[in-house]
Amino acid sequence: MRRYLLDYLNSIWKFFTRIMLSVILLLSLAVTSIVGTLIPQNESPAAYFQEYGEFLYRIFDVFDFFDMYNSWWFQLLIVLLAVNIVVCSIDRLKATWKIVFAKNPIFNLSRFKNHADKENLVEERSPEQLKDIYEPLISKSFGYARTEQTDKGFCIFAEKWRWTRLGVYGVHLSIVLLLIGSLIGSIFGFDGYVNIPEGESVNSIRIRNPAQSKALDFEVLCEDFDVSFYDSGAPKEFRSSLTILENGKPVLKKDIIVNDPLRYKGINMFQSSYGPLPPKEVTLSFKSKKTGKAYQKKVLMGQQIDIPEAGGRFVIKDFDNAFQFRGRSIGEAFSGFLMPDNGRPIEILLPVRFPDFDQGRKGNVAVSVADYDRRYYTGLQVTKDPGVWVVYAGFILLIVGCYITFFMSHQRLCIDIVKKGEKSIVMVAGTANKNKLGVPNRLKKISKKLTKLA
Amino acid sequence: MNSSFLLSITTFVYGLAAFLYIASWVFKKELPGRLATWTAIVGLAGNTAGIILRWIESYSLGIGHAPLSNLYESLVFFAWTIIVVYLVIERKYENRIIGAFTTPLAFLALAYASLSPNISDRIQPLLPALKSNWLIAHVIACFIGYAAFAMAFGISWMYLFKQRDTEGKSRLLAPFPKPVILDDLNHQLIMFGFLFLTVGIITGAVWANSAWGRYWGWDPKETWSLITWFIYATLLHARMMRGWHGKRIAYLSIIGFVAVLFTYFGVNYLPGLHSYGA
Repeated sequence: MRRYLLDYLNSIWKFFTRIMLSVILLLSLAVTSIVGTLIPQNESPAAYFQEYGEFLYRIFDVFDFFDMYNSWWFQLLIVLLAVNIVVCSIDRLKATWKIVFAKNPIFNLSRFKNHADKENLVEERSPEQLKDIYEPLISKSFGYARTEQTDKGFCIFAEKWRWTRLGVYGVHLSIVLLLIGSLIGSIFGFDGYVNIPEGESVNSIRIRNPAQSKALDFEVLCEDFDVSFYDSGAPKEFRSSLTILENGKPVLKKDIIVNDPLRYKGINMFQSSYGPLPPKEVTLSFKSKKTGKAYQKKVLMGQQIDIPEAGGRFVIKDFDNAFQFRGRSIGEAFSGFLMPDNGRPIEILLPVRFPDFDQGRKGNVAVSVADYDRRYYTGLQVTKDPGVWVVYAGFILLIVGCYITFFMSHQRLCIDIVKKGEKSIVMVAGTANKNKLGVPNRLKKISKKLTKLA
Repeated sequence: MNSSFLLSITTFVYGLAAFLYIASWVFKKELPGRLATWTAIVGLAGNTAGIILRWIESYSLGIGHAPLSNLYESLVFFAWTIIVVYLVIERKYENRIIGAFTTPLAFLALAYASLSPNISDRIQPLLPALKSNWLIAHVIACFIGYAAFAMAFGISWMYLFKQRDTEGKSRLLAPFPKPVILDDLNHQLIMFGFLFLTVGIITGAVWANSAWGRYWGWDPKETWSLITWFIYATLLHARMMRGWHGKRIAYLSIIGFVAVLFTYFGVNYLPGLHSYGA
């Protein structure tokens, strides 16, 4: 029974050591990832229903195509890849470890003679002389060098960058770090937002997924919000002046703009949107048709005032930032009621950009908006991600690991010096565990240097 | 003389260089080949001057920023990196036929930028999200990667043509580098491109984290860059661990570059996304 279990575990281990599994998983991730770029993610069911019809909607819904990067099957592919990477690395690391941390590197002369690229030189000096000339150069350009006496002369073995064999494990470890980091973020972090009206403060935010409210253990005050534009009308800068309050006392002040967030107690606040707030105070202009005189009056939203020249009373009910008039937006507009002393109340529209709008109405007085206090709210993205440093460590390791894996190799060199009459025959042979086609070129360079010295 | 005009001229210089490289290959003449190299160098000088001039112009407009902020500017830089990478390879491998397969890509990139009515060559001010020191590092890394992949794409086709002609009958294929060399060059370029694509994705992630508070959001552009990364990662594993060579690697390299093109252009046609690449 135990034996059976061990065999079983062993075969699972074997399964995950396969490179073909990595190839299949990487390609599966590549192909399935396309789906989420063709179907917009995380929209409302109604929008999908309208877009795709009932049949496709149901199929897509079964496969989680509307939130596919968080679906069980996509996450399963990632977990399988992670297991594959870890198992493959452990499986191969044993052998690599032995090579990398060998006390005395083993060199085999006959292997260099039969299986390596080589250059042959003929020199006038004796093997001893050549050995003494070569040794300093070789030990300088290679980290490790040793000389052995052979039947007819000497053999210098040298090598460098043995440790670069570990580079690929660095790459694999970095991928594991990225996954661990993102896991830490999704467990201990959050992703939310909050809108703060200018001059006001909040002490809680909204979390996106799952949708809920979250209390902060400090207060955020938005003292001011500013948006500036280029001459072309494109936005230039969004700036919120934020103050962090602890027990009502300011502890940190910072102006945030896009790309320059505020960070406090592990929580980050990013400038992400803004919008207008309904004004509090409006200056109205009343133009009497009888006398031609215009009167200006300040009024609060919802406050009833008397219209001059006994024109009745007026109250502002509503504000719309982008009022739709016959299917077109006409910008900011107020709406209110004019209540004559006798007769029914009349609803009146007051578009800010068209002050003459109300003159088209038949009446004793034409109303328009002269001014109002423009106020904004700032929209902040609020996040906490304690895993981000693990991810960044993974990023650095990934770049360094890729560089080592691709462009550095464990290089071995063997210079065999054999006495032949008055002369010496020198064989310069070398191997590398990567970029083998580059070896002959490197040997040529080394041979040239050796010839020059001798 | 403004930068757009200079870059339009450069387009034709690159076109001439590509033509000369092809002529030198087809007619087996040395002279057009040497002329091609010099033409490419002149084009590169024009391209470089165009980029610098555009940088200066943006400052004189009072909206100074590195010319790497929209599709036009990225295409100009893409052409520049292709020619630089190609000229380095030409020098190292002493073979001009590769130029017949790769310089046309630089010409096409610049021609698309200069002549397409959909691409504005106006210098626009930077939107708030693009105002970051990461912009330059991100764009440069990505496009060096793309240029290497573009070269690998051209070389993969060369390999596929060459390996069909095992008996060396074809007059046109005779001067190609040996299949082993093409295969190795393909691999080298992909490793080079992969490193820079990795750096490009990572700088983009760090930037996204400072602008939007997330380093990864499965935005179509991000996702497609990851798809590209997966394809080349597959290729590298198949080659280094399974010993895949030749045709299979060439096919994967071609598929990889199609993914690069989609990441670069195709993403703009996908539904519901912000087009920070356009």
